Amino acid sequence: MFNDHVLSIILFTPMVGAFILLFVPKENKNAIRWLANMFALAGLAVSIPLIPMFWAVKDQPGFKFLEGVPNNWIPSIGAGYNLGIDGISFLLILLTTLLGWISILSSWNAIQERVKEYYIWFLLLQTGMLGVFMALDMFLFFVFWEAMLVPMYLLIGIWGGPRKLYAAIKFFLYTLLGSVLMLLGILFLYFHHHTVTGVYTFAIPELYKTAPQITGTAAILLFFAFFIGFAIKVPMFPFHTWLPDAHVEAPTAGSVILAGVLLKMGTYGLIRFSLPFFPGVAMHPKVRLFVVTLSIIGIIYGALVSLMQKDMKKLVAYSSVSHLGFCTLGIFVVNQAGIAGSVIQQINHGISTGALFLIVGILYERRHTREISEYGGISNVMPVYATITMIMFLSSMGLPLLNGFIGEFTILQGTFIESKVWAAWAVPGVVLAAAYLLWLYQRVYFGPVTNPKNEKLQDLTPREILTFAPLIAAALFIGIYPKPMFQILQQPVAQLVQTVRPNEAKPVMATHPLATPVTAASAAVPANKPAAPAKTSSKPRPAAVAAVRSN
Amino acid sequence: MNLWLIPLLPMAGAIINGLFGRRFSKTAVTAVGLAFPGAAMLWTWKAALQFAQLPASAIPHIENYGPWLGAGDFLANYGLYLDQLSLLMALIVTGVGFIIHVYSVGYMAHEGGYYRFFSYMNLFMFFMLTLVLANNYLLMFVGWEGVGLASYLLIGFFFLRDSAAAAGKKAFIVNRIGDFGFLIALFLFIKHFGTLDFTSVFEKVAGFPQEATAGLLTTIGLLLLVGACGKSAQLPLYVWLPDAMEGPTPVSALIHAATMVTAGVYMIARSHAIFDRAPIALTVVAIIGCATALFAATIGTVQHDIKRVLAYSTISQLGYMVLACGVAAYSAGMFHLLTHAFFKALLFLGAGSVIHSLGGEQDMRKMGGLRQHIPGTFWTMTVATFAIAGIFPLSGFFSKDEILYRSWASHYGWWGFWAVGVFSAFLTAFYMFRLWFLTFFGEFRGVPAPEQHAKRTGQEHHAESHHIHESPRAMLIPLIVLAVLSFAGGWIGWPQALGGSNHFERFLAPVFEAHEASAHEAVAAGPVEGQAPSEIALTVTATGAALLGIALAWLMYYKRRDLPAKLRERFQGAYAALEHKYYVDEIYAWLFVKPVIEGSRNILWRVIDAGAIDGTINETAEAARDVSNAFRRMQSGNIRSYAGWIAVGGAAVVAYMVWLGVK
Repeated sequence: MFNDHVLSIILFTPMVGAFILLFVPKENKNAIRWLANMFALAGLAVSIPLIPMFWAVKDQPGFKFLEGVPNNWIPSIGAGYNLGIDGISFLLILLTTLLGWISILSSWNAIQERVKEYYIWFLLLQTGMLGVFMALDMFLFFVFWEAMLVPMYLLIGIWGGPRKLYAAIKFFLYTLLGSVLMLLGILFLYFHHHTVTGVYTFAIPELYKTAPQITGTAAILLFFAFFIGFAIKVPMFPFHTWLPDAHVEAPTAGSVILAGVLLKMGTYGLIRFSLPFFPGVAMHPKVRLFVVTLSIIGIIYGALVSLMQKDMKKLVAYSSVSHLGFCTLGIFVVNQAGIAGSVIQQINHGISTGALFLIVGILYERRHTREISEYGGISNVMPVYATITMIMFLSSMGLPLLNGFIGEFTILQGTFIESKVWAAWAVPGVVLAAAYLLWLYQRVYFGPVTNPKNEKLQDLTPREILTFAPLIAAALFIGIYPKPMFQILQQPVAQLVQTVRPNEAKPVMATHPLATPVTAASAAVPANKPAAPAKTSSKPRPAAVAAVRSN
Repeated sequence: MNLWLIPLLPMAGAIINGLFGRRFSKTAVTAVGLAFPGAAMLWTWKAALQFAQLPASAIPHIENYGPWLGAGDFLANYGLYLDQLSLLMALIVTGVGFIIHVYSVGYMAHEGGYYRFFSYMNLFMFFMLTLVLANNYLLMFVGWEGVGLASYLLIGFFFLRDSAAAAGKKAFIVNRIGDFGFLIALFLFIKHFGTLDFTSVFEKVAGFPQEATAGLLTTIGLLLLVGACGKSAQLPLYVWLPDAMEGPTPVSALIHAATMVTAGVYMIARSHAIFDRAPIALTVVAIIGCATALFAATIGTVQHDIKRVLAYSTISQLGYMVLACGVAAYSAGMFHLLTHAFFKALLFLGAGSVIHSLGGEQDMRKMGGLRQHIPGTFWTMTVATFAIAGIFPLSGFFSKDEILYRSWASHYGWWGFWAVGVFSAFLTAFYMFRLWFLTFFGEFRGVPAPEQHAKRTGQEHHAESHHIHESPRAMLIPLIVLAVLSFAGGWIGWPQALGGSNHFERFLAPVFEAHEASAHEAVAAGPVEGQAPSEIALTVTATGAALLGIALAWLMYYKRRDLPAKLRERFQGAYAALEHKYYVDEIYAWLFVKPVIEGSRNILWRVIDAGAIDGTINETAEAARDVSNAFRRMQSGNIRSYAGWIAVGGAAVVAYMVWLGVK
């Protein structure tokens, strides 16, 4: 029972919690908090058994843990309740359940108004996000995609800061614009599928077969219809200006989820749809150059702008633009290292930036300001907090043996194989990351306590330490032993690269003209490659899906 | 040999003190802080003994512990690599490191955050040992970045001072600029060789002929040099090191003199297989090293802060090591690295002892006549001063002599390198003896004020230092050990020309010769007959230059103490340029820092972000609202207005049909 419906159980645990909270009287705030935390923790707990289960089947091709048969939901239009995951969505789901729990735990004191609604919306948001990563049906995907927009809008609009309405509406309009374009794209694919096969269906594995057949202007328009939707979500330069406002106004937990998970829907969409649906467009040199250029601008631009921020949360928000630039760069270099690195960097960004928002939130809760100039010498009064901050800053700036380095290095390595110029432009982002984070650290944590209001600040409570502990553990684990992550990503990424650029040989190494004849060194080159990196079946994906289902 | 214990023992110490040090007694912190690096030192010695038993075929001894990072076709392992070169480095790092740890027990005794200091010091040892023992470039990069972090934390140790925090940040960021080069070099390795393992990289490089023009290896070499310039404080990235003196003195001794800053030299020596085949890159290395040696030495002659003099001296001496690498005399460079670790650590610790005795005073203008008050410090520092000046038979003589000789006589040598090197040696002797005379001779010019120290660290202690006092034994014994090493440590490299047998060079020879056989051209670092004057003649000249420098310092700062002021009057422009360090910091601020900051704030953020993008969005939103407003007015509920609109619409339709008819 559990094994057959593990995805549904993970998906709906938070929603059940939201439903139960409906029946708790709203005056009973502590009961609401306890219940919400229990369900958030339960949401994390039910996702833990998925780890060994997934590990056992990680090398099988196609989507795994499938639920539902196609078109079973609204048969008349061909929409189905179909769930399934591969390595990419698996990692993002774990990130979501972890950050969901941490966010809810961190809200305990921060939220005092309308507590019941807050937790209900938060739990619904959780289900919406998980659904996006699990859906194998375009219709279902879109439902979750839109459904999660509303709770986020309300979280910012109700529990946000002084300019919350402006920020919430900006967020909503931006994202809605993207959604509308994407909806048009989805409908086009849907009708195109019918034209080709005579079947109306939203099933993603089916669309994978027909969508790449679209060529010419239609394909380019479709690509950009999806791309703009995802690029706004990521957000890529120049669609990013909703992000700083949304982050600054959102409550801490909202920022954590927004940065940690919501932005990943954009990158996830690029990987899951943009590349395999329109490989011809995505691999077109001009399109690729365009997207890569936007990514690199995002990396440098985000870092430079965040250097100048006076508000800590805005600084972290702009740093997200920079980090996500690495993620989109990795996706569009389209090779094993680039995409695997990108997914790992998405996870890393969730861990590090999620933690950075929590860090800002802790000061905000105590002082109700995020102005950098209000602080100074915090490490004297809050040593534990300062140490944790240092670790997460280092993780965010990509210090080796912490998680950020693994993602950035792998992305840059993959980028370098495609183009030295791209890589050379992206690397300064690493330098600038050190600059804005260390400067922030210097101004807030080092030095004497200059502001008397900061003299009596309380160091972290056990509950607050508990919110950081799993993030630090994850940062260290990924940094020191990233191998399992790469193993999980090996199969889906190889399959994706194979789909998108089937005719291109893998980049050959040791091509230097002088390297070949002299010694046995050149003979050793092929032996160096890990065994069977791109052993994808030549059959299209649905066949493989069926194979897994029959087990 | 369980080499992993060597880096991980200090790591354990760092973790224990970092997590529980707050609750420990001071004795317990000291015990943990010393025991773990001490154990690492002993384990290194044990490994050295075992290493001596290994047959030549079993060298390098490699230990692999498992995979770390790999995507696509590339995988980096956790693995350690022991050959003569890394063994030498490990011995220096653990040995000098342990001595400095012992010294710190005395020096830091009254400072706040004692446990934190030892935790960071042990952390530094972990990263430094990872750097030198790594068996691939990526793991080396871990150490490379990690020592930068430890340095950042230790410079910022006095984090009550803004200047310390700023210096720590500057060091880290400048180093990251160097890392840019290092990283790109790594990507080139991966792209062209598919691996970062030393063994496989060097094997593949061995298949390349020497590059007559700039090719792949030259590119890699130059990129590695960029990294080395950051870490080893070479032109133009040296600017962080003088500021790094904000850190506690033992930190300056350990990190900014003896070990971390030599990492760049080690990295070039380790990558010699690449440089041997890229003569253009080698020449650039030599020029950078040579220029740095001279440039920093000139600045060192006018600094007043005792630690800053030593900082510029370090930069200059690192220049010598880089110069040696640049003429493919790697073992000469490593030799100087070894002796420099002894005498420069001693100089810094001695300076620390001076500063300690004066309650925190660092300005040499307020010192003088200290030799009676602190004889132990005086005598040990005297040994170090003679050693760095290159006076026979102290250690610095042998290593500097070796470098100067090779810089002319080597296959890649040039008399110009030698000439600049000798002139820098003259300057070195001059500024070091200037320091010596100013500190220890003449009359005492300052007021020993206990509150100075208190002011410096922001803490109330050292109340007992009303009089100038000699340092405690925990500080003196390390000084004496280092003095012995500074004196005699050079004898292992006694050159054949002076009747010695140069054990040092023969010890390292297998490392640097291993790959030469396969190179297409003979690239022996050894001298080529007839190209340069004899070794004895060069030695005598260099020693003469050093003696001249000493004599000048004696004249100006002992015999005729009015001379400096007169000279300063006479050459005001030149003096000002030197005193302001050629205005390099100001130029960098104007060229790089300001444009980045102002540009980001005023153009990127205010104009593009807030103006162009958000402006457009908000304008669009407002336009949409205005249009909607206009349409809203049409629904006024007034029948007559609706009739009017119908009339307008009707007229429009008619007009359209007429227009169609006309067409």
